[in-house]
Amino acid sequence: MACELWSDKLAAYVDGELSLPQAYELGTHLRGCSGCAAEVLERVQTKRSVADAGKYFEPSSEFRKKIEMSVHKSSKRTSIRGWQIVALPAALILILSLAVGFFVSREKAKRDHVYGELADLHVATLASATPVDVVSTDKHTVKPWFEGKIPFTFNLPELHGTDFELVGGRVAYLGQAPGAQLIYRLRKHELSVFIFQDRGTEMASWAPDPTSMLSFTFETWTKNGLRYFVVGDVSGADVNALSKLLRDAG
Amino acid sequence: MTDASFEELSMPLFDQLYNFAHWLTQDKSEAEDLVQETYAKALRGFSGFRTGTNFRAWIFRILRNTFLTSRTGLKVAGQGEEELDALASVDPSPEAILIVKADRSLVRQALQELSIPFREILLLCEVEEMAYEEIAQVLAIPIGTVMSRLHRARKALRTLLIEKFKGGSHGL
Repeated sequence: MACELWSDKLAAYVDGELSLPQAYELGTHLRGCSGCAAEVLERVQTKRSVADAGKYFEPSSEFRKKIEMSVHKSSKRTSIRGWQIVALPAALILILSLAVGFFVSREKAKRDHVYGELADLHVATLASATPVDVVSTDKHTVKPWFEGKIPFTFNLPELHGTDFELVGGRVAYLGQAPGAQLIYRLRKHELSVFIFQDRGTEMASWAPDPTSMLSFTFETWTKNGLRYFVVGDVSGADVNALSKLLRDAG
Repeated sequence: MTDASFEELSMPLFDQLYNFAHWLTQDKSEAEDLVQETYAKALRGFSGFRTGTNFRAWIFRILRNTFLTSRTGLKVAGQGEEELDALASVDPSPEAILIVKADRSLVRQALQELSIPFREILLLCEVEEMAYEEIAQVLAIPIGTVMSRLHRARKALRTLLIEKFKGGSHGL
C-alpha cells in the first residue's frame, strides 16, 4: 500500500491543497512508487464519482422564479460608492441626513447580523453531540486548554455558592476571528459565554436592539481589550448574574 | 468598479444551494423552505457583509446553520461519528471498487446513509469543490478538523460502498 512517508499527504494532494513544491515532490515520488500511485488513482476515482453522484437535485422552475422575483425586488448593493453627490447646500443637508440614517440602519443590520451569528453558534452547540471540546467543571483545566488555540487569555469566575456550573469550552469563530466559547449550566438551561478580541472601532453601540426579533437574552461588555457576550434562553436577571460574575473575575 | 448587488452575488449560487439543501433535508419541500429562508436571512444580513470576503462560504454557512436549527436539523444533529470509526475497514479487491463506483445510484444511496457531518463535508469538498479554508469557514471549524473529518468521511463512504456491493446494508 502507500508509503509511510507520504500516506497522510495523499488526500491533500488529490484535493489540490499541497503547496507547489510539495505537490511537485509527491508527483516525482508517484512516478516511482506503484503503491502510492494506485492509492492516488483510487482516491481520484472516488472523488469523481462522489462529485458526479452528488450533483443531483435540481430546483423546479417555479421555485427558481419565486426566489428570483423576491431577490430582484429587495436586492441591495454593498455600499453607496456609486452615488453622485450634488454640491448644493440644501441637497447637502438632505444627503448628510440620509447618510446618517443609512449609517444607523447599516449599523443596526450589522449588529443584528452579529447577534444572529452568536445565536446560531449557541444553538448549534446545544444541538451538537459534542458540544464542547474540553469537558470540565474546573476553570483551572478549561482556561489553559485555550492556550495556543486563541490569541489571548481571560479569567473565569469561581462558582462556589452560585447556581452556575461550568460545562466546558470550545473554540468559536466570529467574522473568522477565533475566540472562546464557554458553556455554563444554570438549573436545566445552558448559557454560552463568547469571548473575542475587541476590535475597537467596529460598532458605535453594541447594545442589542430590544425591537429586534432575538429569541435569546444577550448581554455584552468590553474589558481589558476583550469583548464578552453572554447568551441564553433564560431571564435577563440570570444573564445579568452570570455577567456580573465574569466581570468581577477580571 | 461598482460593488456587486445581493442579486448578482446570490443568484448564481441558487442551484448549488438547492442541491446542498436537498441532500441535507432529504425532502423537496423542506429543501425549498430552507433555501428560501437562507436567501431571506442572507439578504437581511447583507449590509454587514464585507465585499472582498468569501460570499459563497458566507451564504453556505447561513444555509447550513439554518438547517441545524430547524426541526429536522435538531432531530438529526445527535448523529455521532464515533460508531463509524469502530467499523473495521475491509480491503476490497481493486475490481470490486471500480464496479461499485461506476454505479451512481449506489453512491447516492451511500451518501444518503452517511451521517450529516460526513455527508455535508463530502458534498462541500467534492460537489462544491471548496478548498479546505472555505469548508472551515462554512462549518466554523479549524482546517485541521476539516482534514481529519474528510478522512473519516471518506473511510465511512468506502465502507458503505463495499457493503452495498456485497449486497448487504448497514445502518450508517
